Amino acid sequence: MTAPARPTEAGPRPAPDPGAAAARATAAILRDTLHGTDRGVVVDSPPGAGKSTLVVRAALELAAAGRPLMVVAQTNAQVDDLVLRLAEKEPGLPVGRLHSSDADPYDKALDGLANVRKSAKAADLAGLDVVVSTAAKWAHVKVDEPWRHAIVDEAYQMRSDALLAVAGLFERALFVGDPGQLDPFTIVGGEQWAGLSYDPSASAVTTLLAHNPELPQHRLPVSWRLPASAAPLVSDAFYPYTPFRSGTAAGDRRLAFAVPSDGSGPDRVIDEAAASGWGLLELPARHTPRTDPEAVRALAAVVRRLLERGGAATSERSADPAPLTADRIAVGTAHRDQAAAVRAELVRLGVTDVTVDTANRLQGREFDVTVVLHPLSGRPDATAFHLETGRLCVLASRHRHACVVVCRAGVTELLDDHPSTEPVQLGVTVKFPDGWEANHAVLARLHEHRVPWRP
Amino acid sequence: MPARALDARALAALAANPGCRRRALLDGAGVDKAALAGALGAPSAFGQSQFALTRGNAFEARVKADGGAELLRLVHQRLDPAAEPPERAGSPGLPGPPDLSAAGPEGRAERTALALREATAAGSWTLLDHPMLVLEVAGSPAFLEPDAVVVHPDGGWTVVEIKSFPMLDGSADAAKVGAAARQAAVYVLALERAAARLDPAPRVRHRVLLVCPKDFSNLPTASAVDVRKQRAVTARQLARLTRVQDIADALPDGTCFSPELPAEELTAAVEAVPAAYAPECLAACELAFHCRARSRAAGAVTALGRAARAELGGLSTVDDVLAAARGEAGDPDDPAVAALRRAARLRAEALAGHRPAGGPGDREALDEALTDGRQGAVCR
Amino acid sequence: MSLIATLARLEAVHSGRAQPGATVRHRHLSDRPLVFVPLTTAGEAGAPLGALVGADRRAPRLLAVPQPRDRDLRFAFLAELADVMLPYVDSFAGVVEAAERTDTDPETGKRVKVEVELCADAPQLIVPSRAGIEFVRLLGRSMRFRRTAEQDPEAPHPAPPRVPLLGRWLTHFGERARVPGSSLLLALSDVLAQHWTTGQSGLEDQHLGALLAWIAPPGGASGAEAALRAELERDAAGQLRCPPAGPATDPAFDNKLLAPAIERYDRARQALAAAEDGLTADDRLGALTTAERDVLALVETCALPTWEKVWDGLDLLRTLPEGAHVAERWTRDRWSFTGHRDRILAGEPPQPRRDDAVTAAGKLAAREREQARLDAQEALDDPLVMAGRRLAGEAFAGEVVDVVMAYGEGKRPSPRPLVTVRTEDRPHLAERAKVYRSLGGRPQSAQCVAEEEEGTLLVLRILDKMGRGKEPEAGSVPEKGDLVCFTLFEHEQRGGAKLPDPEQTPWTHGGPPGEESVPEAPDPVTEEDVL
Repeated sequence: MTAPARPTEAGPRPAPDPGAAAARATAAILRDTLHGTDRGVVVDSPPGAGKSTLVVRAALELAAAGRPLMVVAQTNAQVDDLVLRLAEKEPGLPVGRLHSSDADPYDKALDGLANVRKSAKAADLAGLDVVVSTAAKWAHVKVDEPWRHAIVDEAYQMRSDALLAVAGLFERALFVGDPGQLDPFTIVGGEQWAGLSYDPSASAVTTLLAHNPELPQHRLPVSWRLPASAAPLVSDAFYPYTPFRSGTAAGDRRLAFAVPSDGSGPDRVIDEAAASGWGLLELPARHTPRTDPEAVRALAAVVRRLLERGGAATSERSADPAPLTADRIAVGTAHRDQAAAVRAELVRLGVTDVTVDTANRLQGREFDVTVVLHPLSGRPDATAFHLETGRLCVLASRHRHACVVVCRAGVTELLDDHPSTEPVQLGVTVKFPDGWEANHAVLARLHEHRVPWRP
Repeated sequence: MPARALDARALAALAANPGCRRRALLDGAGVDKAALAGALGAPSAFGQSQFALTRGNAFEARVKADGGAELLRLVHQRLDPAAEPPERAGSPGLPGPPDLSAAGPEGRAERTALALREATAAGSWTLLDHPMLVLEVAGSPAFLEPDAVVVHPDGGWTVVEIKSFPMLDGSADAAKVGAAARQAAVYVLALERAAARLDPAPRVRHRVLLVCPKDFSNLPTASAVDVRKQRAVTARQLARLTRVQDIADALPDGTCFSPELPAEELTAAVEAVPAAYAPECLAACELAFHCRARSRAAGAVTALGRAARAELGGLSTVDDVLAAARGEAGDPDDPAVAALRRAARLRAEALAGHRPAGGPGDREALDEALTDGRQGAVCR
Repeated sequence: MSLIATLARLEAVHSGRAQPGATVRHRHLSDRPLVFVPLTTAGEAGAPLGALVGADRRAPRLLAVPQPRDRDLRFAFLAELADVMLPYVDSFAGVVEAAERTDTDPETGKRVKVEVELCADAPQLIVPSRAGIEFVRLLGRSMRFRRTAEQDPEAPHPAPPRVPLLGRWLTHFGERARVPGSSLLLALSDVLAQHWTTGQSGLEDQHLGALLAWIAPPGGASGAEAALRAELERDAAGQLRCPPAGPATDPAFDNKLLAPAIERYDRARQALAAAEDGLTADDRLGALTTAERDVLALVETCALPTWEKVWDGLDLLRTLPEGAHVAERWTRDRWSFTGHRDRILAGEPPQPRRDDAVTAAGKLAAREREQARLDAQEALDDPLVMAGRRLAGEAFAGEVVDVVMAYGEGKRPSPRPLVTVRTEDRPHLAERAKVYRSLGGRPQSAQCVAEEEEGTLLVLRILDKMGRGKEPEAGSVPEKGDLVCFTLFEHEQRGGAKLPDPEQTPWTHGGPPGEESVPEAPDPVTEEDVL
C-alpha cells in the first residue's frame, strides 16, 4: 500500500452532509475525466466508498458523450460484475465482454442480457460503446487505433508490468482503486528493480504517478458501507494520510436480535458487536496449528447463533428492519485451509449459504455482519504475510453493521516480540502505516470489546 | 564488574529479538555480553577486519573534510533543496563546525545541547560532528554518538549516518540499509528528547541522510531514508525495556553475571533468565552460541528456525514432534498431530520406492564419493 | 518451511545426519564445470583479494592481489582472471548444432521458423555460496564498462579487451542465475541444501563447511558435532580450521596474517622504488617477490579448503540420478548462452547499468514462467517433492477403483470417460476444477465432477489425449487398479503477454527511453579510488 502523495482534496472537512461531500468529489472526478486535459485521473477509494458506482457512472457518461471506451479489471469475477451493473443501469447500452478461450470463461448470467456481446476475439466487439475485460486478456489484444478512453478498475491491485502491457491500447484513462487493500506481489525475486519508478512488481498506480506526478488525484471521502463505529478505526489505522468518514451517523444502523442471549461467549460477543459495532471473542492463549479446532468451532458457533437468534438489521436503506439472513453474513480467514475447516464445521452444524473465504477473495465484497479469524490467532510467530496491512484491512472493512473477531489471547505479546529486521531498499516509498503498527492499533480497539471465553 | 554503556547499535539490535528476556536484561543492566560469552565457554564470533575499519574511518574523514562542505551540500540536495544552499563551509571567514569537545560523556552531551540550541537560533546550516546525545533507557542514561547531525536554516534537525558499504548504481545492500535505518532511528529518538527541552521544540526530521561511497570509488553519495517505521518500533521496544526491572525482580537474590564467577555458577545465573533463541541471533548477539547450545540440548524446535514451529501447534520439542509423527504420542484429533502423521506417511512413501544406490542417505556411497582424488598441485 | 521439510530436519537432528531432501538431482551438472572460489577485501567494494579458479580439481589456478588497494594490481588480477575464464567460455562457443527458432519476420510481421545455431553445450560456473553469486555480479559490473585503448586512446587506465568482455560474461552469468531452475551459475551450498536436509537451520546451512559436515560427517562424528567444529574450531594461532567460503574472509585472518603480509609487501615495494643502484634493486626485487609470494600463500591457505569442499560437494551431487526434466532446462541455459554469444559477436554494447521498463517487465514475466515450470517439473520428477505438493493439497495420488465410459456432447461424440480415484490425500479442489496427470511426458487433463465418501473418492472426467477416434487410444485412459497421481497445477506454461518494444514504452511508464542507445559511460577513475 502506498501513501498517495498529494490528494487534491484537502483534509477532512467538517461537512455536515456526507452525501454532499461525496457528490462534490464525484462531480470533480467526472469533470476531470470528461473535460480535463490530463491523460490520467487517479481516484483513491476507501472500502465501500462507491467505487463500483463511480466506475459505472463514468462509463455511462463517456459512452453517452460518444466516446467508446475499454474497461480493464483484474479478475473475471470483477469483469462480469461490472458488465452486470452496466446492463442493470442502462439495459440498452451495447457492451462487449471480451473473454478468454478457456472453458466457462464468463458468468452464465451474462447470457441473459440482450445487449451484451461476448467473444474471445476483440475484433468481434469492435464498434461497441463499452468493452470490458481482464488486464491479462487485454494484454493479448492488438489494435491499429488506440481507444480514446479507458477505465482501469482496482488499479492498486494491478501490477506495473500489467499496465505496461495494456497502456498502449488507450490514450487516456481513469484509474480507480483502494490503496488500503492487498498489494500486488511476485513470488520470484525482483529486488534488482526495487526503487526504480517502473519496478514491474510495484502497483500500477505507483508507476503511473512516479512518471506523471502532475495527474489529478481524487479521493472518495465517504464510506457508505462502514458504519460510524468502524470508519474512524479503519481510517486511522489504514488510511492515516487520507482519512475518510462514514456516510451514516451513530444510531443510523441498528442490529437487534429477537432471541435473547443465553449467556454463552458467542451470544455475549454478538450482543457486544450489535451494540458497539465490534466484538472480540478471546479464547485462552495457546499455540495452535492454522486450523485451530476451537477457534474454528467458535467461528461456526457465532455464525449459527447470529442466524438462530433472528437478527434484524435496520439501516438508512429502508424504514423496516431487514432480516439478517445467511447471505448477509461472511466469515473471513487468512488461509484457504482455515476457510475450508470453517466451511466443514458449518456444514456439520447444518448452516448453509454463508460466505466463507480468505481476505484475498473477500476484497470488494460487502456484508451486514462479518466473523473474522484473526490472522495472528494462536500463531507461535508472526510473518510478513500475517502482518500485511492490507489483509487485516480487508477483513476489518467488509461489514455494514458489525464485525466479530475470534482470536486467541496473546497476540499483543506476539506483536511485541516480533523481530523487526526488515531490509530497506533505497528509493522505495515506505508503506505506511506498517502492519505491525496497524495491528497494534486494531487490537487496542478490539480489546475494548473483549469477551473472554473458554469453550 | 563495570557496566558496559549501551550504544545505538546495541539499542537498535534490541529490535532483532525483542522477545528475548535474557538479552533485554543483560543489555538493560549493561553486562558485557562478549566477556560473559567467553566466560561461559562459548565465545562470540564477532570481530572486525582492520581493513574495513581503516576504510570506514578514511571514508568518514573524506565525507567530513573541508568543514563538512560536501556533507552539507548532500543534505541540502537530498533533503531540503528548497532551503538556501549552504555557504562554502571551511572557506576563510566562516566558522567551522562547533567544537563539541568536553570532559566525559555528560560534558560532551551538555556541550552538544548548547551547540544545537545556538545553531537552531542562528538559523544557518550547521554541522555537528560526532555530537553526544542522551537517551534514558531502562532507567539509566545511554550516551549515543551519531556520525553527524545537521541543523537546517529552518531550525530542523537531521541525523546523518555514514557507512562504508557502496551505493552501486543507486542501490545498496538492503539488509545493511535496514540496519543503518534502525540505528539512525535511535538517534532520531534521542534528538527528539533534546528538541523537547527547547521552546519552541525544533522539528527532528524523520528522513535521515545515509552517506555511502559511490559505486567503486570512495566519493560520497547519499540517499534519504525514511525511518518512521523503525522509529515507531524502537520507541515501543525502548518503552518495554523499562520493564527490565520486572525481569530482574523475578531472579533469585544475589544473581550475578560477573565473568569472574565459575562457569557453572555463571551458567546457572544466565539460565535463570529465559531466552528466546532463534538462528537469527547468531548474527546479532554475542551470547548466541551459548544460547544455541542450550536450545539444542533442550531439543527446541525453534533452534531450526522460527518458522519451523509454525505448523506444529503446541508441540515444541524435537522428541515430541517425532513421537507424534510416528504415532507414538499425541492426540490424533489435534490437527497438528494429524498433519504431522500425514506428512510422515507421505514422506516415507516417497522415499520407500526411491532410494537409489548412491542416493542421499546411502552412507557408503557418500563416503566413497568423497575418497576420490583430493588435493593436487596448485598452479600459480 | 513445509511440514515435510520440517520433519526431515527433525529426523536429521535425531539421527545426527542429513536426510534426503530430494530423490533425484534437480540441477544440471556439467562434466567440466569451472569452479571459482573468490576472496574479497573487507570493507571495500570491488577490491578482490584473490581466487582459486579452474576446471580441474587437481590444478586450481591461484590468483592474488598483494595490495588490494592498488588499482593497477587489481586490474592485473582481473586480466589474469579473464585469461583463465574466457578460454573456458570460448571452448563452448564454437561447438554448435542446428536448431529451429520461431521469429517474427521483420518484413511480413509473421511468425516464421528460422534455422539457427545452438551451442551443443554451455559453460557452467560453480561458486561456493550465494555471496559468491553476488560477487560474480559485482565483478561483472566493475569490468564491463572498462574502456580499452582502442575505444578510448585517452583512457587513463586502458583495459585489455578481454577485461570488459569477461565483465559482460560474468554479468550474463549473474543475471541468468536469477532465473529459477537455471544452471549456468550455481551456488553450491544452495544446491546441496536443496538435496539434503540438515539438522540445523537454513541460515546455518549457508556455511558450506557445516552443511557438508551434516551430509557426510568425517569419521564417526555426528553431523551436529562436525558442523560445530567446522563453524568454530581454530588452530593454535587462532585461525579457523575451516575458513569461511568467501568471498568475505575471517577478521582474525585479516588482522593477524593478511594485514602484516600486505604491510611487508608495501614496505618491500617502497624499498625497491627507493633503490638507487641496480644491485640494491635486484636484492630488493627479490624481497618484493618473497613478500608477494607470502600474500599468495595466505590466499591459498584461505581458499584451498573451500576449493576442496566445492569439489566434494559436486561429487556428492553426482551420486544422485539426474531428474527427468533437467536436460530440458539445461537446453534453455544453452539458448541463453548462445544468445549472449551472438549479442557479443554482433557487436552489441554491454548490458546497461539498469534495465529499461520493458526489459524489466519482460525479465520478471520470464522468471515467473520459469518458476511455475520449475515447480511443476520438480514435482513430476521427484516423488518427494510431489509428496510436499500432495500434503499442501495441490496434488493427489491414489488407486483407480472404477472406470465408466462416457461421451461428450457434440456432433461427433468424443470419449469422456469417468474415472473414480480413491485417495487419502486432501486436495483443495474447487468446483469443476481441472486436474492434470503426466501421460508419457505429456499432460492429460481431467475435470473433477464429483466428490464422494467425504472426499476420499474423486470422480474425474478425462478430457483429452485420447486420440481422434470414438474409442480412446490404448493406454490413454487409466484402468481399474492403476495407481495415478493428478496435480491441480498445470505442467506446461503458456506464453506471457506481448510487451511493447522499448521504443513504444507508453506514457504511463515514462515514454520511450531517451537518446537512442547512448553507450554507458565507464566508471570515472579518480585518485580517490585508492586510499
